[in-house]
Amino acid sequence: MKTPELYFVDGALPETAAPEGDPQPWTRTRVVGKPLARIDGYERLSGAAVYPSDVVLPDMLYGAILRCPHAHAKVTRVDAGAAAKMPGVRAVITGATPAADLRWYYSRTVFTKLFDPLCRFAGEAVAAVAAETPQQAWDAVRAIVVEYDVLPFVVDEHKALEPGAAAVQGDDNRVGEPETYSRGDVAKGFAKADTVLEATYTTAAEIHTPMELHGCVASWDGPRLTIWESTQGVYPVQQRVAMLLGMPLANVRVIGRYMGGGFGSKLQADKYDLAAAVLAKLAARPVKLFLTREETFVCVGNRPPSTMRLKAGVKKDGTLTALEMSVLGTGGAYPAGGTSLVDWLVRDLYLCPNVRTEMTDVFINGGPSRAFRAPGHPQGAWALEQMMDALAAAIGMDPVELRRKNIPKVSQARGNQPYTTTGLDRCLAEGAAAFGWREAHRRPKGDGAVKRGVGMAAGLWIAGGGGPPSTIVVKLFADGSANLNMGASDLGTGTKTVMAMVVSEELGVPLEKIQIENADTGTTQYATASGGSKTVPTEAPAVRAAALAVKRQLFEIAGAELKVGAGALHIEGDEVVSASDPKVRRKIAELEGVQRRGLLIGVGTRGPNPEGKVVNPFVAQFCEVEVDTRTGEVRVLRFLSANDSGRVMDRLTYEGQVIGGITMGIGLGLTEQRVFDRQTGTMLNVNWHDYKIPTAMDVPAEIVSLPIDVPDDEANTAGAKGLGEPVTIPTAAAIANAVYDATGVRVTDAPISPMRLAPLLAAARRGGER
Amino acid sequence: MAHDHDDSDAEDPKGVSRRGFFTAVGAGAIGAATLAQAQPGAPTPAAPSDDPTKVTLLVNGRRRRLLVEPRWTLLFVLREKLGLTGTKVGCERGECGACTVLVDGVPCYACMTLALEAVGHEITTLEGLMRGEELGPVQQAFLIEDGLQCGYCTPGQVMAAEGLLRANPAPTLEEIRLGMSGNLCRCGAYAHIFKAVEKAAELKKAAGR
Repeated sequence: MKTPELYFVDGALPETAAPEGDPQPWTRTRVVGKPLARIDGYERLSGAAVYPSDVVLPDMLYGAILRCPHAHAKVTRVDAGAAAKMPGVRAVITGATPAADLRWYYSRTVFTKLFDPLCRFAGEAVAAVAAETPQQAWDAVRAIVVEYDVLPFVVDEHKALEPGAAAVQGDDNRVGEPETYSRGDVAKGFAKADTVLEATYTTAAEIHTPMELHGCVASWDGPRLTIWESTQGVYPVQQRVAMLLGMPLANVRVIGRYMGGGFGSKLQADKYDLAAAVLAKLAARPVKLFLTREETFVCVGNRPPSTMRLKAGVKKDGTLTALEMSVLGTGGAYPAGGTSLVDWLVRDLYLCPNVRTEMTDVFINGGPSRAFRAPGHPQGAWALEQMMDALAAAIGMDPVELRRKNIPKVSQARGNQPYTTTGLDRCLAEGAAAFGWREAHRRPKGDGAVKRGVGMAAGLWIAGGGGPPSTIVVKLFADGSANLNMGASDLGTGTKTVMAMVVSEELGVPLEKIQIENADTGTTQYATASGGSKTVPTEAPAVRAAALAVKRQLFEIAGAELKVGAGALHIEGDEVVSASDPKVRRKIAELEGVQRRGLLIGVGTRGPNPEGKVVNPFVAQFCEVEVDTRTGEVRVLRFLSANDSGRVMDRLTYEGQVIGGITMGIGLGLTEQRVFDRQTGTMLNVNWHDYKIPTAMDVPAEIVSLPIDVPDDEANTAGAKGLGEPVTIPTAAAIANAVYDATGVRVTDAPISPMRLAPLLAAARRGGER
Repeated sequence: MAHDHDDSDAEDPKGVSRRGFFTAVGAGAIGAATLAQAQPGAPTPAAPSDDPTKVTLLVNGRRRRLLVEPRWTLLFVLREKLGLTGTKVGCERGECGACTVLVDGVPCYACMTLALEAVGHEITTLEGLMRGEELGPVQQAFLIEDGLQCGYCTPGQVMAAEGLLRANPAPTLEEIRLGMSGNLCRCGAYAHIFKAVEKAAELKKAAGR
């Protein structure tokens, strides 16, 4: 089975031991679940937070990278002589520089070089410069003379399979044999259906474009290298950099305490890390190398485009009988999961005995893909959830009811293993009720040119249960204040806040007395990259275990001093109190044993997940749109997201994730698309003016988050499942369904831009007149 | 990190004279003519773009004297030379607003403003909204309403909101949308940002500022 390996690109994961003891699930929480403001809100709002791109070191140089302007070319000559002599230039590296003769890999199956003579996409690195100012570095980049042997290219994944297409990686542009999945017998399933529909759906490639640019600051102290990196995972960056530079892990320290967004594009090291490290070594000065915005559009990942043919059979009563899907996608010029997980919802979201899928991943001369918030899932939802809508209309059933008719209790694509919990049915039923679905769905669409409609869609996320490894250290100071030490990054999802709340829950320490040290390979424990909506379910149980380890020591000390059994104590505020006699109590800060030791240290680990069961979060979303049938403009008026992500940890940041996921889904559905120039094979819209992400004008102010707050106590000791990805999975499909409801026009190609919708509406009008 | 450059008590708040400014930008007929006037008889070569010029910038109420290259943006100087990294770099082409600062109280993209153009104007950055170590009302409102996620666009959002509220202390939702539409947030926190701006209007009103 294909699991989201994209999140764990560098080898097997270490494991951590099961934590000591087996804490009971929380029955009542004091802190967890409240809407609390971010623990690092002050730093982020005052400007005190130092993001990697803010780092300014004494004597620091600035780096810049020369990139290939051609979609496919061989570098035949690089002349950096003039550039090296320019004012302020301190180091220039090219493919001919011995120190820069380093291996690189976009995927572990195909090795290339840091400056490979064969550039397979426009934007591939060719040389790099370090200079006293970034302006001087760019002057020098422009002065490097490169001669290219320009080769034939292909940037369309359909054309890549045609005879005579330019060869990207070899004779065959297919990345491998198509990936297939099958259960039951789809032919028999379709034969049993009362209605069979078939359609082709497409989604465009999306670019992550987090607000903080990709990049790093590299600084050497003799044999030791420190990298300040805007990353989702300091350990994966350390691993890859150390491996490719042939250095001991201990001598590569990666720090990423704050980072300005990643969405999957910052799970790994990049070529700029190696370039900055080599430049810094040669110049014997620290080097800051952050990409330009334009560069981030071409060489640090994308969500692959998809073409999905889907055929579905349903009985009159709403029972699904068969689903068949074929997918074509591309991860660019290297193996990068161009169809990864696109079929997962077809396999697993609804009860269906007969399913067959086939996915073909092809090479094109485009930038390699990287995991992008719920890889494959929003694309799959775009097809499946529009198909469910069409099936419901075809059999005259409410779309919510059709879905509720087909709720699985087991993961059919994983040997029918049961879900620890599934709130899919409740998401659908309670979401519909809170949205006022039935009334809204029946409402007239409007007499004028502007029509109103509602749509809904559902989803699940293949991962989101987290798991080992994770090791956390909690320290309790003698005055009862605490320090939390963890390796994980906080992408802005609120990880640090949630973890502090767990410490507070167990030890009674208020958040303002908890300091957090995180995301630094030099001072914090191993952690996997923050991705896959797994950080809360991975880290929270380990934090809880660490806090409980502190609590055990605290109760031993207090028990001896209060002459009460350690098992008969609990914490109230900043005091340890006897359960049997509440008058027997003492402030933590006044316990002599704690004073003598100065510090209590608790280590917690993340134990294994339940065997033979699947932990997944679920979601259903509902929206209302307005469509101007004259212009094809779509305005999203309101959204509601009902989520089963287990226990709600912080109600405020939970809501933040929901509105963020929906906003990003609006981009997939309405505005975002990579556009290649067919003449040159280069990307045309490498900026936020031409590549449109949603702005304040494009999103509804009314986005309601409805948590189906059922702690998943079987999944882990925090009872939480992932949230950040499920919230963006059904959004685009829900919008498409609402557009159909408003206009009667089904748009199967994303994004639904006015340019695309207006002609479809015009054609529908002409059809109506006939 | 904020190295305190020379905060000297220069008498001329404009820092650089109009003549000096044209000398600095150099190229072009006007520049050449002015330069010729200033230095009669001297040859008039176009000033090289990397020739440093002495300027005084008025940032967060303090005069900062430093040497800048004519091509340096206000953004670059604030972040890399004055250590005011509250102002963020997102696109350097006037699209995202992460670098928004107030110039004479009006929101402005620091990436599209040359440092030389900022001479003689009052620059306010995120750091300038602090009251000592305390967050200012707009910052507090963003904290309360969680009008942020990764926090990288946030300084720009806060400055845009500050500018909006100075011009319009009680904006409607549509006015908030418009006022904030020059600032992108890829985490998609807009719905919370709208609430934060509403809350900021309240806090400012209550504080009488």
